[in-house]
Amino acid sequence: MALLDVKQLTKRFGGLVANKDISLSVAAGEIVAVIGPNGAGKSTLFNGLVGAHQPTSGTVAFDGKPLSGKTPEQVATLGLVRSYQIPRNFGDMTVLENAMVGALLRHSRLNEARDAAEKVLQLVGLQDRADVRARDLNVAGQKRVELARALATQPKMMLLDEVAGGLNPSEAIALSDILRDIHASGVTLIIVEHVLEVVMRLAHRVLVLNFGQTIAEGPPQEIVRHPAVIEAYLGRKHRV
Amino acid sequence: MGTTQMTSSLDRPAVLPASGKLPGKRPGISRRPLLIAALIAVLLAIVPVFVKDAFTVQVLLMVIMFGALGAAWNLVGGFLGRVSFGHCVFVGVGAYTTILLLQHLTLTPIIGIPLGGLLSAAIAWVVGGPTLRLAGHYFAMATIALLQIGLLLMINWQWAGGAVGLEAPIAEAPWMLLFRTKVPYYWIAVGLAFLTFLATWFLVHSKVGFYWRAINGDEAAARSLGVPADRYKMLAFVLSGGITGVWGGFFAMYVGFIEPESMFSLSLSVQVVLVAILGGVGSLLGPWLGAALLIPLSEGTRVMWGSSGLGLDLLIFGLAILLVTMFLPGGLVTLRRRRGAARR
Repeated sequence: MALLDVKQLTKRFGGLVANKDISLSVAAGEIVAVIGPNGAGKSTLFNGLVGAHQPTSGTVAFDGKPLSGKTPEQVATLGLVRSYQIPRNFGDMTVLENAMVGALLRHSRLNEARDAAEKVLQLVGLQDRADVRARDLNVAGQKRVELARALATQPKMMLLDEVAGGLNPSEAIALSDILRDIHASGVTLIIVEHVLEVVMRLAHRVLVLNFGQTIAEGPPQEIVRHPAVIEAYLGRKHRV
Repeated sequence: MGTTQMTSSLDRPAVLPASGKLPGKRPGISRRPLLIAALIAVLLAIVPVFVKDAFTVQVLLMVIMFGALGAAWNLVGGFLGRVSFGHCVFVGVGAYTTILLLQHLTLTPIIGIPLGGLLSAAIAWVVGGPTLRLAGHYFAMATIALLQIGLLLMINWQWAGGAVGLEAPIAEAPWMLLFRTKVPYYWIAVGLAFLTFLATWFLVHSKVGFYWRAINGDEAAARSLGVPADRYKMLAFVLSGGITGVWGGFFAMYVGFIEPESMFSLSLSVQVVLVAILGGVGSLLGPWLGAALLIPLSEGTRVMWGSSGLGLDLLIFGLAILLVTMFLPGGLVTLRRRRGAARR
């Protein structure tokens, strides 16, 4: 049975159709990438999945339970968390405290939450920055805090919105290694990504969106050769 | 591709570890502040034994009360980050509940004051639903509106004294918390203040405090990590209102006479906010420091220059506030951090 089952999800903002009839099924243990040009509806899709807004029509089921009408905190409790494209860390709190907020979802005692948070910081390579205020980190560090925080909630699935965006190539590669470790620890991943290196390195399957609709789906090697994908990214002239 | 290059890689520390010690061996939360607070409470309690000057004791009592009111306000205004300018609505509810119960049912304030706190908490719960979803300035305005509604209701409610107000009987009856001297009230204030500090300390050093700070940092992000933000915002408001209501009840017994304008007072509410902000928003110690500076200053300038007829006391008071905000924008608590940074 699929861990995440999206059926014909549609989201309208007034006259704008941000997501149209998107269906997606993700099995436990997969890494699925969602790509597409700016404005294709990727972030809207994420927001719809985690309950940040309610879809206009269609259904989302996670771990066998329907997500319609659920608040973001309820969705997180079920084991589905997201990270933000632009880091939205708790700037005045330290790196460790940021992770502890996530860990407190499964541990109500502070000491246990602290231990769990420290393990997570180790996994994302932030153990040396535990006592630094989150806002004092650079972008690469803040992206890791986002990851640590989400991971500390012990999710079954993480939705990662452009975690490699704004990073230089070596940072992006370091980050994709971390994602691989997270995946190896048993978390299913859906990543929205512009950095194709990361997609090619990690994804088992790629979903391509354009103008809110799915235009292609398949393994990464096939997707990069897919005519509709090339057209969406580069225009008709460059069609091979 | 023309992607922006980040200036520093993660392999280079962006900032040195704040404490300079190696992470990993992190001790649990120290309980020492509680011990120090208990010690200060004991020291404060024995002050009247040596200091017979009534004015000094009165100023100390005001410092303690405003520190506590600031600490209660700080739960909502500091840790949760929702600034309330109408907190004296809870002072008023606590005060009126206590005096009305004393007058009509001769119920001792020992029960009446906690009941006033409970009623304040209940009102916070009712009002919190619609107002806590408002962000920033709009929440602040809603709390001012709430205060004005309370004021107008009490002015027009004849049974509760109307605009004239209510008096506590003058008697010496310890079980009714009626004393002819101010010293017993001072001792009650010290005890209540210690309890207030304990309550805020344990709240802030628990899951609750973490969640408040997270909501303050970014509410949507906190929700996406499983923080039930509505419930925790409500909890902050209800607890803060309840503690403030208890102090309102105490305040009523101490002054012995209450009327709407002095209880449901906007200027008193603003003074509580000032105490907390000048001391340090979102810090446990801040409001107490703020009160220790502001209250003696306002009382002292009033006594020294208040009769000059020139408003000199207010001028000096205002100047002091200006200086603190200019040179210590994070509040008085940052003094300690600054000195620490200079030494390192």
